[in-house]
Amino acid sequence: MTTMLLLLLTTALVNNVVLSQFLGLCPFLGVSKQLKTAAGMGVAVMCVVTLSSAITSLLYNGVLLPLKLQYMNTIVFILVIAALVQLVEMALKRYSRPLYAALGVYLPLITTNCAVLGVALQNVQQENGFLTSVVNGFGTSLGFFVAIVVMAGLREKIANNDVPESFKGMPITLLTAGLMAIAFYGFKFL
Amino acid sequence: MFKQAWERLYNGLVKENPTFVLMLGMCPTLAVTTAAMNGLGMGLSTAAVLTMSNLMISALRNVIPQKVRMPAYIVIVATFVTVVQLLMQAYVPSLYDALGIYIPLIVVNCIILGRAEAYASKHPVWPSLFDGLGMGLGFTVALVCIGAVREFLGNGSVFGLTILPDTVDKIAIFTLAPGAFFVLACLTALQNKLKAPSATNTPKAKNRTCAGNCAACPSGCMGCAADAQAQKEGDDR
Repeated sequence: MTTMLLLLLTTALVNNVVLSQFLGLCPFLGVSKQLKTAAGMGVAVMCVVTLSSAITSLLYNGVLLPLKLQYMNTIVFILVIAALVQLVEMALKRYSRPLYAALGVYLPLITTNCAVLGVALQNVQQENGFLTSVVNGFGTSLGFFVAIVVMAGLREKIANNDVPESFKGMPITLLTAGLMAIAFYGFKFL
Repeated sequence: MFKQAWERLYNGLVKENPTFVLMLGMCPTLAVTTAAMNGLGMGLSTAAVLTMSNLMISALRNVIPQKVRMPAYIVIVATFVTVVQLLMQAYVPSLYDALGIYIPLIVVNCIILGRAEAYASKHPVWPSLFDGLGMGLGFTVALVCIGAVREFLGNGSVFGLTILPDTVDKIAIFTLAPGAFFVLACLTALQNKLKAPSATNTPKAKNRTCAGNCAACPSGCMGCAADAQAQKEGDDR
């Protein structure tokens, strides 16, 4: 139990997926203009990453490993993730319209979010078991959620500030991300 | 034929440089450029995958049905990535260890699917091959430049060769994660200042082809995400 909690803390804060591993930068920079949309994206990523790390872990340990097909993992994982995102989207559309209305736009964007594939491959590289994989997936996506929500809050404030002309838009966003990365770097010494 | 090949190479290296102008594939750009050598390795492996996948997709462009083209492209790209990964593991193990998880993640690099959709699926084999080569080399040049700057500022060396003497204090943060953001921020700010063409300061094309599918989006994830957000905001109203 303690190891699981520690893993959760490590993946969510110390090794933050966006700010120290640079995975999932596109949505982090692209969908962080408003707090509401950022939170929606964060929740959608959390659902998909946790689910996909469970399924890819089962597939790897149950099918690929016994058949000695480990080298196929990249191909299998990316297809599974793409299919999973489609399935989640269809299921949401059928069973929960309000949730679909809130998250639907973000779901197709998640297939090419490298955080999803990154977590699945990390689980394989670290030879994580099923439970560890799921906790790792959940912690990592929790880190993504925290980062994108904090970023959106900061950007909403920055929008009212007097930013130098050439730093408007992307440059000031990147600078903010850099400062956040320094702050998160502090967690390394916990 | 040579003229066309040269035109594609020039397009990829300068006119539509994937990193500096199109701002695609930001994740590897920021993650592996801690040293010039890592940038070179990542750039060349991406270029190899991009060239081969462009060639294959262009050759199969009349065979792949329109509806399932995305999964087909992804499988082709993932195959070449696996080949490159195994080759690197066998022949350059130190680079393989340094790049780690970012090698298999070439699959989800926007540049590759972007070029497949925007160019290789519509043009004959030879131009597509040189398009992939040009884009790949443009990406390599950009990664090496960013890597060299970060290595010089953070470590006082370029390509592992020490340039600054030990008596000079180095700014170690440039080889760490935050440094990547700062270098790229200064670069885009400079582009804005000099009015150099870049995805961040040119008016975006009105009719994008992405329709919510990021992989199908030639203007890449960021444009697509912005689209999605605009659409969402429209829905809210």
